[in-house]
Amino acid sequence: MNTRKETLSRIGDWLDDRLGLAAVGELARKKDVPQHRHSVWYYLGGMTLFLFLVQVATGILLLFYYRPSAEDAYESIQFLMAEVEFGWLVRSIHAWSANLMIFTAFLHMFSVLLLKAYRAPREITWISGVALLGLAMGFGFTGYLLPWNELAYFATRVGTNIMEAIPLIGGFAGHVLKGGEDVTGATLTRFYAIHVAVLPMISALLLGLHLYLVQKHGMSVPPGVEREQGSRPSMPFVPNFLLRDLVGWLTALAILAILAAYFPFELGEKADPFAPAPIGIKPEWYFMFMFQTLKYLPAHLLWIEGEVVGILGFLVAGLLLLILPFLDRRSARGESSRLFTWIGVALIVYVLVLTFLGYTASPTQ
Amino acid sequence: MIALRHVSCASLLLVGGLAVPVLAQQSQESCVTCHGSFSDARLGGPVRAYTEDVHAAKGFGCVACHGGDALDLGMTAMDPAKGYVGVPGREELLLVCGRCHSSAGFMRRYNPALRVDQVAEYRTSVHGELLLERGDERVATCVDCHPAHAVKPPSEPTSSVHPLNVAETCGRCHADRDYMQSYAISTDQHDKYLLSIHWEKLSVEGDLGAPTCNDCHGNHGASPPGVTWVGNVCGQCHSVMAELFNKSRHSQVFAMLGNPGCATCHGNHEIKPAGDEMLGIGEGSVCGMCHAPTDAGGMAAAEMRSLVDSLKFAHAVADSLLSKAENAGMEVSQAQFELSGATTALINARTGVHSFAVDHVREAVDEGVEVALSAQARGRSALGDLRFRRLGLAVSVGIILILIAGLVFKIRQLEPAKARQT
Repeated sequence: MNTRKETLSRIGDWLDDRLGLAAVGELARKKDVPQHRHSVWYYLGGMTLFLFLVQVATGILLLFYYRPSAEDAYESIQFLMAEVEFGWLVRSIHAWSANLMIFTAFLHMFSVLLLKAYRAPREITWISGVALLGLAMGFGFTGYLLPWNELAYFATRVGTNIMEAIPLIGGFAGHVLKGGEDVTGATLTRFYAIHVAVLPMISALLLGLHLYLVQKHGMSVPPGVEREQGSRPSMPFVPNFLLRDLVGWLTALAILAILAAYFPFELGEKADPFAPAPIGIKPEWYFMFMFQTLKYLPAHLLWIEGEVVGILGFLVAGLLLLILPFLDRRSARGESSRLFTWIGVALIVYVLVLTFLGYTASPTQ
Repeated sequence: MIALRHVSCASLLLVGGLAVPVLAQQSQESCVTCHGSFSDARLGGPVRAYTEDVHAAKGFGCVACHGGDALDLGMTAMDPAKGYVGVPGREELLLVCGRCHSSAGFMRRYNPALRVDQVAEYRTSVHGELLLERGDERVATCVDCHPAHAVKPPSEPTSSVHPLNVAETCGRCHADRDYMQSYAISTDQHDKYLLSIHWEKLSVEGDLGAPTCNDCHGNHGASPPGVTWVGNVCGQCHSVMAELFNKSRHSQVFAMLGNPGCATCHGNHEIKPAGDEMLGIGEGSVCGMCHAPTDAGGMAAAEMRSLVDSLKFAHAVADSLLSKAENAGMEVSQAQFELSGATTALINARTGVHSFAVDHVREAVDEGVEVALSAQARGRSALGDLRFRRLGLAVSVGIILILIAGLVFKIRQLEPAKARQT
């Protein structure tokens, strides 16, 4: 027994000499998480990270069978789902965890926004987080086309057409992204490359930065809690908070398993570029509020096309969201910032209402 | 007498210089100036109706058919010396219309795709024979189907010869019992046709390729199909069935018995959708009209029905299994695609019935049953997989719940209740 312990200890020492594991362990032991009435929101970041890791793992498994061409893509997914052992499970979990990840990422962003966790010195943490959400949506947009089915094909056509309406760069960017004038096999291979190489690489870098900054600055305490008198309790990150995180992750895993078994992602019909577009083509739910907004805009606002105004509006809104920590000066000084709280609430209501309308209003409205 | 009428008519047209096709005219005619001012339907109606006529659209004016001088503003415009023919007689219409419509050289300038044998065909039709040989002016001629001054191409939905309107156009005479009394033919064709699968396809499904009167009887050469060549008429569309039937023994027997081929079993104007109940010797079967259950034909009919039913059953079971699996979210599209082979085999078996040969039907049925059984196996396998998935799900969720309970227990161990409250 002692010999075994000694062996393990020697291996640990050997690794510590080379990797500095003791310093990492020390860091983990020292890390505390504040405890207050809003602590529950702290778990969303970890949940999003867990779902991202599920994405990476299932994505790699899908790569073993997926063939990125207009001729083979649909058939390769069909084969994966019908013939490969647990292929259906891997694909369904990949698709469901993608949706759940974007959902938790949105929740995470809105909780940070309302709790003013973006204020100094966490401006770059916020910016990297918003950028990561944008990347997640990019993953969704590019991944949606990969099965090369009818809905994905026409939704991508609509999506890329909207993108092309961006003044100055839209036409060029759309052409580069599509690999031509229309969505074809060339678009599929480009989306594939972006989905499995470009976006993961950028995401890995940004995620590393985001996690480093979270570690460096610790968890933000909301200004309202900070202003309260008295001692503020906290819990050790390891093992107390981590164990709670694990409970959340396991719950997410159980939800994913149930969704995959009872609501497997359908493959639909293979894309036919010559077929008429099905009625009521809709984008993925996380693009719905933007899509619906564009539908409500009139053909022209003054002398500019309504669609162009809408797209420019979203670009400006995205930019303002990105630089939010620099706009909210009151929060930065630790003062109450009701204006930005209401802006955050208005944003959430807007996204919810427009998304609801997107699924309930007539396709022609 | 009839020959004399032909000669006089032709002479009049020759004198009038109308024996050669006329060219389209663009200028306003004096005929329109006067006749357009008449409120009377007989005198003014043609001018008003003509604005929508296909000939007006091509630039033809009144004189193209009626002759006369369009530039003359007086009554002398209608001088026979100027070629005026007035209202052409029933028989003269063939010459008036045929002057352009029988000339390939002329027609290609306006409508190169249009046939130029209408008048020649008309002469061979029952209508043409009655008009030209018996002088019966009650039969249809050009303007009865293509209303004078309101002629529209068949592609025009309001045209009297648009596929959806042909039955009504023919029915105006053929469904009129009083009008048709002297011809001793039935007048229920129109009503029966409206009950047929052909009219349903045409009117409900909008399939303009579905047959209407002229598709079986011919249009300009309209006549009832002969007993021995009904199959050729139906075979225009149902070619495989017609070919099998023509090679079968029934083809000759029907001809000997004076039975009108396909129409013997399927009827003529009131053609209902063909169903499997027509096969065999049970209720609703057409084989039973001639065959007894114990004769060779009756037994063959029963066997063919049994074969078709067996394939239908195998197909239905496979389809049900695959649908059940699909609705549960299983990927069975490949199996469903393969099952379409059994659907094709079922169609082939039903078509093969027209050969009246049991072996022919059996060949298609055997092929289809094999495919259907394979699809059934895949459907059962998919449903088995589904059960496995759900069992796996239950086990996985159970394990996860145990892990969660363990973690919660561990957290409680780490943080006694009192500490958690502070």
